[in-house]
Amino acid sequence: MHGWIGRILRIDLGTGKVSTEALKPELARDYIGARGLGTKYMYDEVDPMVDPLSPANKLIFASGPMTGTFAPSAGRYDVVTKGPLTGTIAASNSGGAWGPELKYAGYDMLILEGRAEKPVYLWIQDEKVEIRDAAHLWGKDVPETTEALNAETAADAKIACIGPAGENLSFIAAIMNDMQRAAGRTGVGAVMGSKNLKAVVVRGTGAVTVADKDAFLAAVAKASTMIKEHPVGGTGLRLYGTNVLVNILNSVGGLPTANFQDGHYPTADKVGGETLAANQLQRPKGCFSCIISCGRATKVTNPKYKGEGEGPEYETAWGFGPDCLIDDLDAVLKANYYCNEYGIDTISMGGTVACAMELFHRGVITLEDTEGLELDFGNAEAMVEAVRLTGLGQGFGRKLALGSYRLASLYGHPELSMTVKKQEMPAYDPRAVQGIGLNYATNNRGGCHVRGYSISPEVLGVPFKVDKDTIDGKAELVALFQNLTAALDSTGSCLFTTFGIGAPEFAELMTSLTGFAYTGESFVEAGERVWNLERLWNLKSGLTAADDTLPPRLLKEPIVTGASKGAVSRLPEMLPLYYGVRGWDADGVPTKEKLSALALA
Amino acid sequence: MSMMLMIHPDKCTGCRNCELACSMEHEGNFRPKASRIHVYTWEREGFSVPMMCQQCKDAACVTVCMPRAMHRNPANGQVELDADKCIGCKMCVQACPFGCASWDFQGLQILKCDTCDGSPSCAAICPTHALEWVEDTISAQARKRSFAAKLKNAFAEV
Ligand code: SF4
Ligand code: SF4
Ligand code: SF4
Repeated sequence: MHGWIGRILRIDLGTGKVSTEALKPELARDYIGARGLGTKYMYDEVDPMVDPLSPANKLIFASGPMTGTFAPSAGRYDVVTKGPLTGTIAASNSGGAWGPELKYAGYDMLILEGRAEKPVYLWIQDEKVEIRDAAHLWGKDVPETTEALNAETAADAKIACIGPAGENLSFIAAIMNDMQRAAGRTGVGAVMGSKNLKAVVVRGTGAVTVADKDAFLAAVAKASTMIKEHPVGGTGLRLYGTNVLVNILNSVGGLPTANFQDGHYPTADKVGGETLAANQLQRPKGCFSCIISCGRATKVTNPKYKGEGEGPEYETAWGFGPDCLIDDLDAVLKANYYCNEYGIDTISMGGTVACAMELFHRGVITLEDTEGLELDFGNAEAMVEAVRLTGLGQGFGRKLALGSYRLASLYGHPELSMTVKKQEMPAYDPRAVQGIGLNYATNNRGGCHVRGYSISPEVLGVPFKVDKDTIDGKAELVALFQNLTAALDSTGSCLFTTFGIGAPEFAELMTSLTGFAYTGESFVEAGERVWNLERLWNLKSGLTAADDTLPPRLLKEPIVTGASKGAVSRLPEMLPLYYGVRGWDADGVPTKEKLSALALA
Repeated sequence: MSMMLMIHPDKCTGCRNCELACSMEHEGNFRPKASRIHVYTWEREGFSVPMMCQQCKDAACVTVCMPRAMHRNPANGQVELDADKCIGCKMCVQACPFGCASWDFQGLQILKCDTCDGSPSCAAICPTHALEWVEDTISAQARKRSFAAKLKNAFAEV
């Protein structure tokens, strides 16, 4: 095979059995790889009712066919499993160089089963696979673990690991690779922790091959040029990172503030990408094969919040900033560093602290509950301490580690958790931007922006401008973006390549790379197939149309200040239209016709 | 006057596109372990440095190569490898103080930058111009000038 390696590594951590198997070419063609292919294997092999933290859940690390090539910004992999935070199928996607290394070692996917009796790590060098004792690493944070493992395996080995948060089975724990990159969402780190697996260390010496070299080089050159010439993909993201969005969203009144009580924050600029570039930014970083370089190598010298690392992304700066009524960028960065070091998803962490602050502010929880932490809006020091405690699983952090839905429910106020399917929503207010609310509500992994990023047309005007306040056409728009994203995630590409290229270019890259003929249409259809398969899994796991909703606040309480003052989400009007566009029945169940059209029946 | 590959680590994002381009150019596939350029990244600081053969004037690899496979091309000043003459003794690997000649145990060949015959693929793909193919004298002057500018700024502040 070309693009794909054509081989899967399967390890039963319970028995220690290691085996390899061939990847079926038709499955690869139809589900592409990464998110899509991983989901297909989960669907075929795991009961959707499985307890996510039991040995019966599987943990799949899946690269895409473009991973490891120089297709622009396409070095990603997905962690596919049942997510403990949401109970949905989970695919958390990460960049860095770990995914490509798995392929050079000779595998498209790594399927992990069972549970090791005691802490272990995997050391994969091409064909040679060892399950090694990890007792000495348990409790270490991500940078310490990464350095220790590079020292005892190989200096150029690539490492994906969990920090203390994953070990403690926090529902918002991430899997970190290359020290600074995160497969963050849906609590995949806890699944790894539940398997007693501290790290997967990989070193590969093999190659990824190409079906039609000349055509592939031409397709890459074309796609690269289109991205480089795009104002966002070419220069915007390198200069200011994703955090350039703070000021943009604030200006349209869509920057959720104080746990989504408002949509505008007067001093937002203080935590924005421009301020970061002028102060803490050291240099832009790029994931493997990236030409965009949105990564931020940053450093805080302020002794109170001293540290260095990568970040923040926009969602992180927002979560620890405006959503907590905090405008101290040094504090935001410190919270981000803690998340990276302890292995926590920054979006869920930010949303959970903001929720706790509202509970505290309203007197639902007191100093007694927080064990002395003054966790009120605006208290930057308390916010940073709350993140540290969550990472280490200490004090009130043990409750924060559950995520905001379980936290707020503990105290009888689930409505104060700004989540969809128990996962914290990111930094775009669904009242101010109608399409993104529909995407959150229908997203297969709950509150998530990157799987139907309608912000691009609704706010940025890319690739075309759409009125953010209207609901006309939003069902079609959201479904299309969800399908396209499911397909491009499955290739190993970064979502930001869509600031430059679209389905026709992906089809050219995929065709020349793999030798299977894709068109723009068949590529998007593969994404629709993946989306529907995820939906089927979620329905089988007990979710229903009733879960396709937003927190009541967003449907009832209008935005108070700023450019979107007075707006609420019109989700109830959009949802039936969306089911119609999807070819699903009134209960959100894919019809027989739809399933057979997608070869899923 | 000859050309050289200038490295600007301050501009390098660590993306390793250069490794991929080098591998594609020489091997026709993506195999970073067969690349003639390697990028080293310090993850804590987020700092990356690309490294490849610097085409030394007094090249240790040339000196130790008994069959004279590794030799200087007088036309362009580059250190070149005549693969047909190479006996695979790996003396050049041992001799290069920068680790820029290495042995590919899969391809059974010496890996050393050949500047892609004067048109470096790595510099062509580098998205941030952290690698530049420039005249050797001019390049040094440019770096001197940019460093002088930094000094100027530093002095201007005091
Ligand atoms: S390995 Fe080849 S090029 Fe290197 S010193 Fe020996 S003969 Fe010369
Ligand atoms: S100039 Fe050519 S051979 Fe040398 S490192 Fe760059 S791509 Fe490789
Ligand atoms: S292509 Fe350029 S920016 Fe990327 S790693 Fe190589 S030298 Fe650095």
